[in-house]
Amino acid sequence: MAENEQMIKAVIFQLNDEEYGVDVHQVQSIERMIHITRVPKMPDFVKGVINLRGVVTPIIDLKERFSIETTEYTDSTRIIIVQVDDKEVGLIVDSANDVIDIPTEKIEQPPEVVGKIESDYIRGVAKLDDRLLILLNLNKVLNAEELAAIANIEA
Amino acid sequence: METNQYLDLFLDESNEHLQSINDNLLELEKNPDELSYVNEIFRSAHTLKGMAATMGFEDIADLTHKMENVLDRIRNEELNVTSQLLDVLLSAVETLESMVASISSGGDGKQDVSHLIEQLDQIDKGKPVQTAGAGQQVSSAATADSETKNLEINEYEKTVIVQSKEQGFQPLVITVYLREDCLLKAARAYMVFEILDKNGEVIKSEPSVEKLEEENFENEFTLIYVTKESKEDIEKKIMKVSEIEKVEISVLSDEALSAALPAQTEEQKEEEKKEAPKAENDKKQAKPSVKTKLNAASSKTIRVNIERLDQLMNLFEELVIDRGRLEEISKDLNVKELSETVEKMSRISSDLQNIILTMRMMPIEQVFNRFPRMVRSLSKELNKQVNFEIIGAETELDRTVIDEIGDPLVHLIRNSLDHGIEPPEVRKQNGKDPVGNVILKAYSSGNHVFIEVEDDGAGINVEKVLKKAIENGVVTPSEAERLTDEQIFQLIFASGFSTAEVVSDVSGRGVGLDVVKTKIEALGGTVFVESERGKGSRFIIQLPLTLSIISVLLVEIGSEKYAIPLSSIIETAIISEKDMFHAHNQKVIDFRGKVVPLIFLNELFEVPDSKQTDEFYSIVIVKKGEKMAALVVDEFIGQQEVVLKSLGNYLTNVFAISGATILGDGQVALIIDCNALIK
Repeated sequence: MAENEQMIKAVIFQLNDEEYGVDVHQVQSIERMIHITRVPKMPDFVKGVINLRGVVTPIIDLKERFSIETTEYTDSTRIIIVQVDDKEVGLIVDSANDVIDIPTEKIEQPPEVVGKIESDYIRGVAKLDDRLLILLNLNKVLNAEELAAIANIEA
Repeated sequence: METNQYLDLFLDESNEHLQSINDNLLELEKNPDELSYVNEIFRSAHTLKGMAATMGFEDIADLTHKMENVLDRIRNEELNVTSQLLDVLLSAVETLESMVASISSGGDGKQDVSHLIEQLDQIDKGKPVQTAGAGQQVSSAATADSETKNLEINEYEKTVIVQSKEQGFQPLVITVYLREDCLLKAARAYMVFEILDKNGEVIKSEPSVEKLEEENFENEFTLIYVTKESKEDIEKKIMKVSEIEKVEISVLSDEALSAALPAQTEEQKEEEKKEAPKAENDKKQAKPSVKTKLNAASSKTIRVNIERLDQLMNLFEELVIDRGRLEEISKDLNVKELSETVEKMSRISSDLQNIILTMRMMPIEQVFNRFPRMVRSLSKELNKQVNFEIIGAETELDRTVIDEIGDPLVHLIRNSLDHGIEPPEVRKQNGKDPVGNVILKAYSSGNHVFIEVEDDGAGINVEKVLKKAIENGVVTPSEAERLTDEQIFQLIFASGFSTAEVVSDVSGRGVGLDVVKTKIEALGGTVFVESERGKGSRFIIQLPLTLSIISVLLVEIGSEKYAIPLSSIIETAIISEKDMFHAHNQKVIDFRGKVVPLIFLNELFEVPDSKQTDEFYSIVIVKKGEKMAALVVDEFIGQQEVVLKSLGNYLTNVFAISGATILGDGQVALIIDCNALIK
C-alpha cells in the first residue's frame, strides 16, 4: 500500500458538464434544495438565505458566481454547505456525487483558463483516469470583500 | 479527597462572597454606625475562610482570618470605622479577588499577603484593648500533647471541632493499625472511612486522605473524628473491617486541642465561640462532600455551560420547524384529535421558547456591581469628589454581551472621572457643587439595550479635540473646518487619540476610547457621545439584544415575508390612491398633519411578482427619532414574537436588513432595519 502518498479527500460535484472538487474538511453537509429567502440588493449569484437547522445560512449559486451557463434546478440539485474561516455558506450545484481521494502529485497548477472559470478561483486540476477534476479555492470564491465590491458596482 | 470537582463551586461562591463583602463595605462607608453591615461582611469573610482552608488555599484563608479579627473588633465596637480602615479592608478584598482570579485561571492562588496582614494586624492591635500580642508569643512555644500524636490541627479544623462540641458531638482521636500482612491497605482505610462517615465526620486525617488512597502510608493512620457515638461503639465498628490489627481511640481534650494549635489565643477562641449559632451552615458549606449549597437566603440555581444553552436553542428551533409541518399536516388531514394534539404541542413549545430565551438573559447588575469600588478608589487617587449612581441594574442582557461589556464600561467610567469631572476647586470656581456626579444607567428600548455613562463635568473641549486630531493626523485642517460638533465628538474614538495633556495612571495612555468602540462594534452595537461644554458629557452605548425575542409585524410583499420591529412602528393604516401627494419627486402622505414620505418596499427591495394594483395601499408608519416614513406593503400578516438571528459573516452590510428570523413554517424572514430607510 502506498500509504505514504499524500492524499486529499475531496467532495466531487457537477456544474454543467464539468466535475469540481472541494476539500472535504471544508464541507459541513450536503442538503437538498429547500426554500430560499431572497435577500434584496445582493449580487445575482447570492440566492438568499436558508434555515439550516436553526442557523440562517447564505446561499450562492456557484454557476452564477462563475458566470457560466445556468440551468433550472432539478431533483438532483444540491446545496453543499461549506465553512471557510468564520463564514458558513451554501453552494448550489447540479449534483454532488462522490467523495474521492486525490493523490497530491496528480494535482497540477491550473492553466490560464479552465472551462470558463477564472483561474483565481482554482486551486489546481487533477486528472484521474479519464476524469478531469477542478479543485476550487473556496477562500477566493467566498471572499466577502469581493462580494461587497460587486454589490457596490451593481448598486 | 478529590477537590478538583469542587473547584468551580468554590470559585463561584468565593466570587459571590467577595462581591457581598465589597458591597457591604461600601454601604458601611456611607453608614459607619450600621453594625448589621459588619455582621454581613463578617459572615461572608468567615465562610470564605472556611472554604479556602478546605481547598488548601492558605493565603486566602490567612488574609480572611485577619480581616475577621479586625471586623470582630468593629463589631464589638472596639474599633471605629474610619476611611483608612476601609481602605485597608477594600484593598484586602481586591487582593482576594485577584487570588481567586488566579485560581480560576489555573494558578495556585498564592500571593504575598504579608503586607496586608501586617496592616490588618496593626489595626487589630492599634488600640490596646486586649493583650493579644503577648498571648500569641507565649502560646507559640507550646508543644503538642502526646495524645494528639503528631497531628497538627489548623485553625479551621479547630473551629469545626469547637463548634461540633457545642452541638453535643464528641471529638475523638482514632489511630487505626492495619495488620502487617494487609494487602489492600487503601481499601481497608476506605472501609474505615465509610463506617465513620455514617455516624459522624472525619475532620482530619494523618497521613492525608490522598496519601491513604495512594497507599502511600505505613500500617497505621490517625484521624480526628466528631461523633455522638461512644468510643467503644466506634471501636467495635471499626474492628469489623478485616485485616485491622487494633484501634486506639481517645477523646480529644480541650487542652490537647489548644496545644495542638500553636498560634491560638484566647481572643480568637472567644471569637469562634461567638460564631457558634451559624456553625451548622458554615460547616456544611465548608465540607466538600456536600454538593448542594444549603443557603436559604439565595434562590436555588444551577450553573449551566452557555454552549449547552446554545445547543438547546438550536435543537428547539428544529422542533419549531417540525411543529410548523405538523400544523400543516393536521390542517390537511382535518382529524379533530390530531389537530387538538398539535395545538396543545404548539402552546407548550411557545412556552418552552420563552423559557429558553430568558435563560440566556442575565441582569447587568453583576457587571455594574464592581464599579462603585472602582469609582471610590479612583476618585481618591485623582483627588476628586464623586457621587456615583447606578440606575437600571436589573436590565437584562444576553449572557455573551454581559461577559464582554465590562471592559468598555471600565474605560468609559475612568474616562469620565479623569477627563470629565473637574477637581473640586475648579468646580467651586465655576459655581458647581464640588462633588461631581457620574451616573451609570442601563435601560432597554425596542430591540436594543442602552447603557449610558453620564457626568456633569467639563464636557468635551471641541478646540482641543480638533487640535489633537490634526496633530495626530486623524483629520486634515481643511477637513476639520467642515466638521460639525457631533462629528468632532466622534473623533475621540479614533485610534491613537487621547486628549489628556498629562499622561496619568488612570487614562490617557493613548489606548482607550478606540478600544471601547472596537469592542462595542464587535458586539454589534454602536457608541456615541453627547456633550455640552461646562455641563458634562454622556456616552451612550447601544447594544442589540442578541438572541432575544423581539416583537415584529409580519408583512407580505409579493410572495415574500418581511418582519418590521414593533419598536419602530407608530401605526398601520390603509390609504387610498387619492391621499397621496407628490413633493420633490417623492410620493408623500399627510399623516396627522405631518408630511411623511412613502417608501414602496416592493420597488426598493426589487420584489418579483408584487401585486399592488388596487387603489388602496397598506402602509406601516415607522419612526427613527423624530423622523417618520410610511412603508407600503401588500398585506399585513400579524404580530409575532420572533428570534433575532444574524445573517452570518458572509453577507455583511445588507441594505436595510438588520437580521433574519425563522418563522413557524421553517422559512427565513428578513427583518427590516427602519433606521436605514429613514434618512
